Amino acid sequence: MEGLRRHYGPVVALDGVDLTVGAGELVALLGPSGCGKTTTLRLLAGLEDADAGSITVGGRDITHVPANRRDMGMVFQAYSLFPHMTVRQNVAFGLRLRRVSKAERDRRALEMLDLVGLSQQAERYAHQISGGQQQRVALARALAIEPQVLLLDEPLSALDAKVRAQLRDQIRRIQLEVGITTLFVTHDQEEALAIADRVGVMKDGRIEQLGPPTEIYSRPGTSFVAEFVGLSNRLAGTVSGSTVTVRGYDLPLVDLSTPPGPVTALVRPEAVTLASSSDGESGPLTGTVIAVTFLGATSRVTVDLGDTTILAQLPTSDATALSAGSRVTLAIRPDPVLVSGAESAAGEE
Amino acid sequence: MAPVTALGETPMAASVSGRRGMQARRRRRLNLFRYVAFTLFGLFFLLPFLAMVRFSLEGSKLGTWSVSAWTQIVSYPGLLSAVEITLELAVITCAVMLVLLVPTMIWVQLRVQWISRTVEFLCLLPLTIPAIALVVGLAPVYNRIRHYQLSALQLFWAYVILALPYAYRALSAGLVSIDVTTLSEAARSLGASWFTVMVRVIAPNMRQAILNALLLTTALVLGEFTIAYLLLYTNMQVALYAISRNTPNAGVLFSTSAASLLFALFLLLILSYVGRRRRGRG
Repeated sequence: MEGLRRHYGPVVALDGVDLTVGAGELVALLGPSGCGKTTTLRLLAGLEDADAGSITVGGRDITHVPANRRDMGMVFQAYSLFPHMTVRQNVAFGLRLRRVSKAERDRRALEMLDLVGLSQQAERYAHQISGGQQQRVALARALAIEPQVLLLDEPLSALDAKVRAQLRDQIRRIQLEVGITTLFVTHDQEEALAIADRVGVMKDGRIEQLGPPTEIYSRPGTSFVAEFVGLSNRLAGTVSGSTVTVRGYDLPLVDLSTPPGPVTALVRPEAVTLASSSDGESGPLTGTVIAVTFLGATSRVTVDLGDTTILAQLPTSDATALSAGSRVTLAIRPDPVLVSGAESAAGEE
Repeated sequence: MAPVTALGETPMAASVSGRRGMQARRRRRLNLFRYVAFTLFGLFFLLPFLAMVRFSLEGSKLGTWSVSAWTQIVSYPGLLSAVEITLELAVITCAVMLVLLVPTMIWVQLRVQWISRTVEFLCLLPLTIPAIALVVGLAPVYNRIRHYQLSALQLFWAYVILALPYAYRALSAGLVSIDVTTLSEAARSLGASWFTVMVRVIAPNMRQAILNALLLTTALVLGEFTIAYLLLYTNMQVALYAISRNTPNAGVLFSTSAASLLFALFLLLILSYVGRRRRGRG
């Protein structure tokens, strides 16, 4: 996709999106509501027309090709199974349109249902299976036509957390097994980071940063990416050379071209460690615990440093010793940090 | 053996069981209301109908039974042909209505939603126009048609207009109940043309709504009198009226009317059966 633009009246949905997805790759588009990720997907699917730009798949320009001739499989956010057809008929629908013989249609439909683990439900109707099963059937239906590209528009957002996690992993397993080029749109960063080969974080119709999940998380290129993907503490610091000094700790910079001077450093909560301290000790990172939030395996501790508050993410086993009102001393791990007020040029790899 | 002391209910358990008891009482009151209302309204509609059927089965002596009023239907050739014309009109009107309205409404919902209000307004407009005003407007057209010796089947144009509001509402309810946009986009992504989307994806999921529209249209055509009479055509209702003016045989009037109502009821039962079968299947 090159230079894609789309507007709805005065609202600019896409403002020049450039994205290349390699064969067999799974790229996730991540961002808040209204950032343009679904619009990007819909332009690729042909469900909407771009105002400018081009879309090429396998060397073929499909910018003006109608949706039903783009050879793409799509799974939607809303349940999209045809209610008047059985699961098997749903999966075979695309093959029937391609005039595949009945025997071959049935064989392929059952093969796809086997792939998603639902061959036992072949003769049921959509309302007789669960939401997670419906999305798996939708995936089988999209794959049955052997598309060039698989498009997933927030397919898990209507499901509960446990089913979402299971189906997410299943989608990734199937995508790797089939080797299909996939574009996955989501607003859930955990989904994107868990299964994508690359993640594109979008904001206001543009891709802010595109890269592997580890890079997006640990080396965010802009403050938006740093704050949208995971949590960040905003702490005052001073850049000098290749480091920024934050509360007495020298931390390496993500962007080495940051000019010296005062900045705001974005420090991940998991980079902040805690040690209990007795009354009387003080230091630049000594404060009072305000709250301890249990999150399961980890806990988030909010500490008042006097002039600001800071979040630390600890294993729950370490956090149980803390309570509101206890005095603690902090340390910051020397992970690379982004500083705001000096946005890096790391928008794309 | 030491006596066992009953602990009794805890306060929370007491409130839960109290709430359950209140809900059960409310449900019983609601069911009672439903049965009473259903019985009263059922009697209100059923009693006159039963009286009409009983009258049509009355013999020459009071209190006796006879099917002569029913068998005499065929002795009125005008009536039989009028019934035939009316049934044909019902079929043609339903067919034209479906061919006109179903694709239009699906297309408007899918592609040109901005004119949906205009379409709704146009379809509901006939509700506000009295039949006599409609006749005044249609009379010049039908005078021209009569010039070509075309039969009463040409009344279907007027009946399509009359049935538009009812068919529109029935079809609109069906369209609203399905996610037309997602289904059509899913079908398109699988390779379906717009025609395939409408005929093989959307319309099959509107079966109940289409049947409802057919029933309403048929009922309207079977009961229509004013337009046919004023435009000087003879349909079933006009023929019955002529019988009532020209002969004292009220039994035939009632037997034909009862037959017409039974036919409508028969269609309604088919509709319910198909709808229930469809809900069970998917």
